[in-house]
Amino acid sequence: MQDFLEFFSFTDANIRYVTLGSVLLAASSAVVGCFTLLRKRALVGDAVAHAVLPGVCLAFILSGTKNPFILLIGAFVTGWLSLVVIDYITSRSRIKEDTAIGLVLSVFFGIGILLLTSIQQTGNAAQSGLDKFLFGSAASLIGGDLIAFGVVAVLLLVAVVLFYKELTLLCFDQAYARTIGFPVRGLELLLTTLTVFAVVVGIQAVGVVLMAAMLITPAAAARFWTENLKVMLVLAALIGAFSGIAGAFVSYTAPSMPTGPWIVLIVSMIAILSFALAPGRGWVARIMRQRRNKTRILEENLLKLLYQLGELRQDYGSGRSLEDLLERRNIPKKEALGGLQKLKRQGYLRNEDSRWLLTPEGEKRGRRVVRLHRLWELYLTQYLNLASDHVHEDAETIEHIITPELEQRLVEELNYPDLDPHSTRIP
Amino acid sequence: MIFQVENPVVEVHDLTVSYDRKPVLWGIDLTLPAGALVGVIGPNGAGKSTLIKAMMNLLPVSSGYVRIFDQPLKQVYSRISYVPQRESVDWDFPASVFDVVLMGRYGQLGLFKRPRKADKDAAMDALEKVGMQSFANRQISQLSGGQQQRVFLARALAQNADVYFMDEPFAGVDIATETAIIQLLRLMRDEGKTVIVVHHDLQSASDYFDWVVLLNMRLVASGPTEQVLNQELLEQTYGGKLTVLSKVGDLLRKQEFPAREKS
Repeated sequence: MQDFLEFFSFTDANIRYVTLGSVLLAASSAVVGCFTLLRKRALVGDAVAHAVLPGVCLAFILSGTKNPFILLIGAFVTGWLSLVVIDYITSRSRIKEDTAIGLVLSVFFGIGILLLTSIQQTGNAAQSGLDKFLFGSAASLIGGDLIAFGVVAVLLLVAVVLFYKELTLLCFDQAYARTIGFPVRGLELLLTTLTVFAVVVGIQAVGVVLMAAMLITPAAAARFWTENLKVMLVLAALIGAFSGIAGAFVSYTAPSMPTGPWIVLIVSMIAILSFALAPGRGWVARIMRQRRNKTRILEENLLKLLYQLGELRQDYGSGRSLEDLLERRNIPKKEALGGLQKLKRQGYLRNEDSRWLLTPEGEKRGRRVVRLHRLWELYLTQYLNLASDHVHEDAETIEHIITPELEQRLVEELNYPDLDPHSTRIP
Repeated sequence: MIFQVENPVVEVHDLTVSYDRKPVLWGIDLTLPAGALVGVIGPNGAGKSTLIKAMMNLLPVSSGYVRIFDQPLKQVYSRISYVPQRESVDWDFPASVFDVVLMGRYGQLGLFKRPRKADKDAAMDALEKVGMQSFANRQISQLSGGQQQRVFLARALAQNADVYFMDEPFAGVDIATETAIIQLLRLMRDEGKTVIVVHHDLQSASDYFDWVVLLNMRLVASGPTEQVLNQELLEQTYGGKLTVLSKVGDLLRKQEFPAREKS
């Protein structure tokens, strides 16, 4: 708690810098990640993330310093090279892109680990901390590092705002973009460069191994909440920023703890919650929808039963007992009773001496279901040439989903019929 | 039976296109007149879409060239418009109908510039022409096949081009949409636009088009519908592939031969 208050009061200047840095990095890579995701090149981000490691190590070996700008350049060069190699392999051989990505990722990362190990064995005092690039350390984001990475992050955000229209079209319909004279190859190059930069600035906080999650996960989570690209970009940035702050907090309170895994865990948790809870696309919303459909089917079936009984006995006025109903249709008793109670509350039924009666509104609804059932049976026999004893099952479902407009069309196409295929009157 | 025209809108000269070294179109040479509704017709795998894509410079060509208004494509981007196949994009993209139609204005806007009010008016006009104005704010993921096709058409209309290239605009759409589209295309032709349409249904071809290009890996015929759409030429088009031609194509691919010797 003490740590929590100390951290979030932001009185310590270092904490302010570390937090600011993490937020900027996470937000900018999340925004670029949206376009990578929509272009269906999520895996490429992973390859680039792993491929920057040899660049960082080489830059250190050649320069002998940990100057952030030099390391950034090294990371950029090998990150870029990996993409060129992937493209080359895909276009010049029969190897498919996913295989090429797998190959390039492991080869570059292998070389990177090799270099890192040999650097550590030289005993060079300056090398301490280089291994932080593997899993990230947000707490070391201070001074020159913060400025270097922060500037790149801001540039990324500016580039996305500036090229919003072009990047959107590139991701949605590349062929069309070319036919209106857009420099598609240049734009591809731009998006690739942005992706590499997003990875490069993120590795300080998250590390190369888990950087792909920072690029893709916020975008994937944001996609669940919105159908609007601009909103999606902002949401992804916020999700990224939140996990950035969380990562900075963990890194500050437990400096020996690598930041990357924490950030990734938090952002993944947000993503899982999004999959579950998002309206419309989410998992809970889908279950709710299915439940609603189920209740509706139950209610309409009960109304239909009561109407049919009335039809059968030529008497809509007297009540029917629960047993009467269940005799005609196999519904679990408890479920049926619940449905009847609910219909009563809604004003479709009355209950007199434990007998159930349709109100005028209930009768109307029940009649409509019966009518749709018979109309659909007729449609199937007439237009699909199904035998009249094969159409009942199908109509049992369809009767619940036909809209009034479709009903009208159906009636017109059947030429205002009176009788269904079983020669029963259509009400 | 290949009719050539004076002052063609589109000129395809000796065009050969290959996939993985195997030619799928051999030496296509044709000219198309201005103000015509042109149907590109042939069996599955005849290379109809390939021809359109090659005209739009979306595919590398092994030989030959395409000129539009007697100029290379690069000079006339603002006068042409392309309607890709509906399935060529992912409709689960986070965009509204209006967003997609507005893309038709991007070419004139150029890089960096945001759509202006006039562009939005043009997009709305185009939507109205295809009868989709009430869908402007609808998400594209919720559209039916016919509605998707109309949106693509509206995007092309927003470009205000002179020549339209459409890849299978009638594929998988409902009757109402098909009728609406053909009426719109006729209207465009009457305004002097040239509309080139890849079409798979032979039944409606004679009714829809005033110029027909018959294609089956090679050009069988190109000319006014009433002179070209006859039994003999249709048999040549649909009467199976030329076996020797396919075999030679396979050889080129297997032996990694170039389709043309380098000059």
